[in-house]
Amino acid sequence: MASANDPPILELTDLRVSLGGKAILCGISCAVRKGEYLSIVGPNGSGKTTLLKCLVRLRPPSEGSIRLGGRPLAEYSQKALARWMGYVPQVEGRMAPFTVEQFVLLGRYPYLSPFSTLSHDDRQAVGEAMAVTDTVAFRERRMDTLSGGERQRVLVAAALAQGADVLLLDEPTTFLDYRHREELRQLLARLNTEAGTTIVVVTHDAAAAALESDRILALCEGRVAFVGSPIEFMKAAVLRETYAADLLLVPHPQTGLPVIVPHALSARGS
Amino acid sequence: MSRLVPLVVLLLLAAGVLAVAPFVGQERIPVSALWDRNGGTNSLILWQLRLPRVAIAFLAGASLAVGGMTFQAVFRNPLATPFTLGVASGASLGAAIYIHLKLSLVLLGIPGISVFAFLGAAAAILVVYGLARLKRGFSSATMLLAGVAVSFFFSSLILLLQYLGDFTQAYRILRWVMGGLDLGLGFGDAVGMLPLILAGTLIVVYHTHELNLLSIGEELAASRGVEVQRTKAAIFFAASLLVGAVVAVCGPIGFVGLMAPHICRLVVGADHRILAPATWLFGGAFLTTCDTAARTMLAPVELPVGILTAMLGGPFFLYLLLTRSVDEE
Repeated sequence: MASANDPPILELTDLRVSLGGKAILCGISCAVRKGEYLSIVGPNGSGKTTLLKCLVRLRPPSEGSIRLGGRPLAEYSQKALARWMGYVPQVEGRMAPFTVEQFVLLGRYPYLSPFSTLSHDDRQAVGEAMAVTDTVAFRERRMDTLSGGERQRVLVAAALAQGADVLLLDEPTTFLDYRHREELRQLLARLNTEAGTTIVVVTHDAAAAALESDRILALCEGRVAFVGSPIEFMKAAVLRETYAADLLLVPHPQTGLPVIVPHALSARGS
Repeated sequence: MSRLVPLVVLLLLAAGVLAVAPFVGQERIPVSALWDRNGGTNSLILWQLRLPRVAIAFLAGASLAVGGMTFQAVFRNPLATPFTLGVASGASLGAAIYIHLKLSLVLLGIPGISVFAFLGAAAAILVVYGLARLKRGFSSATMLLAGVAVSFFFSSLILLLQYLGDFTQAYRILRWVMGGLDLGLGFGDAVGMLPLILAGTLIVVYHTHELNLLSIGEELAASRGVEVQRTKAAIFFAASLLVGAVVAVCGPIGFVGLMAPHICRLVVGADHRILAPATWLFGGAFLTTCDTAARTMLAPVELPVGILTAMLGGPFFLYLLLTRSVDEE
């Protein structure tokens, strides 16, 4: 858990991204503190993924600045950036036939020179990343034979092997079933509280985000609709503003924090 | 290290092929011809024809295979090869222009035709990559269509050159576009290929970590610390050197760049630190074997080796296309 006194590790100032004259993101300012767990939520097409890609420098902003650890993002070499930030993208289609262990080892790239072989440190980092993510059991299996949940854990392991202080994930739970979703949520929470990893997650699941995050950043049509604590976010008025829909809220049986539940359907007569 | 076992086996295989191939053919040459320097017929055949040809076949096969491997990593598609992407056509056009202009240049010891072929290959890569990029993705359909379009376009330009040229030029271009190692090649040609091939291969070897990362996706590669644009430029440059050097000497020989990397990937896996040397060895041994078969099967007629590799590669390509299309989308 981060406190308000921790220094910002990521600072966005007046970020703007346009594509063909149309603004995808506009006037985004936000600071992520060291050790913070920040969820970025918002309706489809609100610019969540674009924002995340700006943060990992996969996409240059049209205007505004991003600072990482107090320095402009542009000043970092690609490898230095990779040592700071691990990125877990949405699961793509076909996977190259690497074994799980080989794939996680690729995360050590920022520490390698062209002809070097893996050092003791590399092996150790990979071993730890695989232990934490519980992926050791299938280290010899090929990436293209894994289930969605297993693959997502391996992707997190590879990002951890980078030794990054900040982990940025793009909808890591979207395609997972209940069990795997819970496992991944536990894993991220553990990394955040035990290892002090700063976590930035883009997610569709605002209700779960409210339970796991320190803060929530809600985007709507490319603008910041809300930044603040989960308690303030989970209010009918704020949610309506963000999602343009009336959402049904009930108190969570364990925490009392409001959670979103689906409306009953009158057509079903229930 | 169990991972090195396949590599050792491949090394032995390649050495075996290289040791046997020069002595097999229309005329069986006894090993003693190697040290018979009195100018006997056997010695002449061996030293003037067979050895240079085997050397060129091996270098060409190895280079085309490694070229194919790099395309497959960068385009993330097993069907990406110098041939299917139109890169071989680009190199052919470059060489045809050189022949048409009746140039005769040597730049820093590198034959001018190789330089032209390199430029043609590089141009083709840029066009295909640009086209695929426009569609924001390297699906098989986009990439192959772009490759076919580029091939057609360059082939039509080659035809135009033939039409405009005089009879000798037209024949030279035609015969050379058919591809083959039976063009009366000597050690001079092998030596002429070497600088480009050496440079291209070294650049590829230098980037094996990056090839691994690019093959899992550009965004992941970038987030792992790869300078994607610079790396791709270097790899495309290397692939153009390799394909250009081969095409300038042997004409376009298809499908080596498809089959060799694919078979090697099945055996040694996706790690380019092992895959690159394996592909190099296998590609060399493969084309040398094909060429030996091409000059013995229908003796005394010698087949251009490109016909043989295409007969093997066509079905192989279809097989990949049909089995891969299922798990693509």
